[in-house]
Amino acid sequence: MANLKELKGRIASVKSTQKITKAKQMVAAAKLRKAQAAAEAARPYAQRLEGVVASLASKVGASDSAPRLLAGTGKADTHLLLVANGDKGLSGAFNANIVKAAMVKARALIAQGKTVKFYLVGRKGRAVIARTFPGMIVAQFDTTAVRTPGFDEARAIAKDVTDRFFAGEFDVATLFYSHFRSALAQVPTEQQLIPVSVPATTEPSSGAAVEYEPDEETILADLLPRNLTVQLFKALLENQASEQGASMTAMDNATRNAGDLINRLTIQYNRSRQAAITTELVEIISGAEAL
Amino acid sequence: MLHFELVTPERLVRSEEVHMVVVPGSEGDFGVLEGHAPIMSTIRDGNIEVYKAGATTPELIRVEGGFAEVNERGLTVLAERAE
Repeated sequence: MANLKELKGRIASVKSTQKITKAKQMVAAAKLRKAQAAAEAARPYAQRLEGVVASLASKVGASDSAPRLLAGTGKADTHLLLVANGDKGLSGAFNANIVKAAMVKARALIAQGKTVKFYLVGRKGRAVIARTFPGMIVAQFDTTAVRTPGFDEARAIAKDVTDRFFAGEFDVATLFYSHFRSALAQVPTEQQLIPVSVPATTEPSSGAAVEYEPDEETILADLLPRNLTVQLFKALLENQASEQGASMTAMDNATRNAGDLINRLTIQYNRSRQAAITTELVEIISGAEAL
Repeated sequence: MLHFELVTPERLVRSEEVHMVVVPGSEGDFGVLEGHAPIMSTIRDGNIEVYKAGATTPELIRVEGGFAEVNERGLTVLAERAE
């Protein structure tokens, strides 16, 4: 039986751990609301831009002069996997799930004889990927300096990625991030960025001929990099909401576990105390009887 | 009245009924009234002029980078930055 002092110490330490997880849970809940609002506010822009790109792409797509971001390099030999992670832990399986999805894809590509390169956003996940696929990380975008990655970061990443694309470093770019479904469910998602995958045009084109200023191809060439930035921005926002959601759930569980543990330890402590008192009493009584 | 929307990546900045909007297109400014023919144009950095009613002084909104689209539903300006 553990002695009383030891038990007391353990109870105190679990209690302080519980305080930390509880605080982290409340912080995550507050941040989640903000991140969710930001993700929702960004949706109209992304939707409209996607619609415009889709309608333009379906017009220009067939011609030979289509921009390379849309048409691709004509090969699919080298794949760049962009893995967007968080910078911090204490968020359950959030980072691990994204990394796992990326690694499954990487293994499948390598099995097909393709070359795989990693482009990491965020600090987490680097160690695992570096260990499993040594020498395949070509770049890492550091987001530790800013509190919440925003549009400027998305633009910097997009620029870096397009520069590498035009330098011929890769043929296909795929982004991995966590889609925010609810506070309880975050789905690791992969999305092809380059060449741009064009969703089927949903809105029926109006009968009137649209005038373009300048011509369609120039507009499309201008829009595609913007579209890339917006897709990245959307992914970053979704990631933030997901991270806070995962963190909230994980910390809620941890707080509850700590509570259970405290209860168990307290019972054990009381029993030991009772046993010690009983022993003492027996000793005193038997001592008194002996006199 | 013309339905005018100004959207940035962060949020929907404006969504309102106005009389006329002058957009700084990359090939020259153009004014959009109700019933304007469909047009799609990139914009240069500059000021959008919003005329709430006929002959009032316009409200200026500074925008950077993006494009404007006019369709049967009205005018939509997608800008990377707007004040």
